[in-house]
Amino acid sequence: MNERLLRIVAPMAVLALGIVAWDLIVRVNDIPPYILPGPLLVLSTLISDWSILWSSLLATLATTVEGLLLAVLGGIGLAILFNQSRLVEHSLYPYAVILQVTPVVAIAPLLLIYLPQQAAVLACAWIVAFFPVLANTTLGLNSVDHNLVDLFRLYGASRWQVLWDLKLPAAQPQMLAGIKIAGGLSLIGAVVAEIAAGSAGAGSGLAYRIAESGYRLNIPRMFAALLLLSVTGIVIFALLSWLTQLALRRWHESAITRET
Amino acid sequence: MAASATGNAAVSIVSLRGVGKTFGTGTLALDGLDLDVRAGEFLSLLGPSGCGKSTALRIMAGLSEPSRGSVTWQAGDARRDIGFVFQEPTLMPWATVFANVFLPLKLAGRDKTAEAPHVMETLTRVGLAEFAQAYPRELSGGMRMRVSIARALVTAPRILLMDEPFAALDEITRFKLNDDLVALWRELRMTVVFVTHSVFESVYLSERIVVMTGRPGRVSSELLIDAPNRDARFRTSAEYAGYCRLASEALAKAMGTPAGAAA
Repeated sequence: MNERLLRIVAPMAVLALGIVAWDLIVRVNDIPPYILPGPLLVLSTLISDWSILWSSLLATLATTVEGLLLAVLGGIGLAILFNQSRLVEHSLYPYAVILQVTPVVAIAPLLLIYLPQQAAVLACAWIVAFFPVLANTTLGLNSVDHNLVDLFRLYGASRWQVLWDLKLPAAQPQMLAGIKIAGGLSLIGAVVAEIAAGSAGAGSGLAYRIAESGYRLNIPRMFAALLLLSVTGIVIFALLSWLTQLALRRWHESAITRET
Repeated sequence: MAASATGNAAVSIVSLRGVGKTFGTGTLALDGLDLDVRAGEFLSLLGPSGCGKSTALRIMAGLSEPSRGSVTWQAGDARRDIGFVFQEPTLMPWATVFANVFLPLKLAGRDKTAEAPHVMETLTRVGLAEFAQAYPRELSGGMRMRVSIARALVTAPRILLMDEPFAALDEITRFKLNDDLVALWRELRMTVVFVTHSVFESVYLSERIVVMTGRPGRVSSELLIDAPNRDARFRTSAEYAGYCRLASEALAKAMGTPAGAAA
């Protein structure tokens, strides 16, 4: 209980100290808000600009969630395909890696030329997010207990039964770890694409608001939008962690709390 | 008791003739193995580690193909009638005890609701009925092995193949499971092929012990254990000790070392 309390109280104390220090630095040095706004000003901007920030947040969130869903579908689907056919795996895996190692910031402007803006932003989110799902699920599908594979074979299990009743459940922990990483990456992909799109003169997501506010020297709004993005990332991570915990709590070591 | 299985009329449920197995690495695991498993008997394959006894079991189960020789089943469909218990419990950690035991029936396309009483009956047989909804990690090593045995029994197989199933358990648990296994074998009248490297375990359990030599694996000698009662009294009897000495000597001969060193 003490330990649990500490885990909440300690970071909160650090946050409070940081905010107080930030406020003091701004006040004592009399820094103008277009260079560094104080925390209170950021908060009041968040409230006064809420309607515009809220609609931007929804746009970014929609892209992130869609990107993540497509990444989960594509990543798991491709991993299953790889697992079923060596030929497909050897043919496509190198290109999945290439897609992953090429910085998405460099791909985004190109995608914006060839795709409608919304599709391009979504494509960016997908490109960065699908690889961890693919790589982790592949690892999970390939590391099934070989004795269990033998057992299924002994009882004449079909290919489909081996996949559905053995490999997919066994791969759950790795799959969920991949999805957890993909959640954060999908947000990054969406933001990168929005910034690239924003400089092209269109867009309405949070990242676009940040870029736009920068041009207008509306620094408090930049901070407010950044704060929202950060909170969004935290919420996505927390949700996916909770989901992982929920799925694995009965059987996987990673999700079990031990009494000592 | 022993006479019923070792008598002249006993039929072979499966026969291995001249079976050899060479692995891809070039290791010669088995060579010229001749073995008959008689219907209804409790047979142990006893031998040192790496003598190919597990390989022989896997070939019987159809999990491994022999490189040479033949495996003949008495009835055409008997091969489908196998229960297999691995050295590890080999349970699905994400599934409950019930779901683990139901698995062979599920793979055969049976209905869960219709088979539930049968699954529970099998769990009762191994004394785990109240743990049906538990997950494997919540059980002790001995209980997990019981679940594994229940899973092998749930299809009511004619032949049960066991690959050193109790090797990783403590002695108290192993003795208890030995007793339970003998009782199950008597009650269900099935054929058991039990792979072990323990002289004491093989003598306690079996009607017949086939001692194997290592590298390459083949049959070295055979020993009949003619004792009707397998209980705590048998375990401490002079008769048991005598059989253990015979088995130890046979094992020592198979390993080419002086008697005593093997036990």
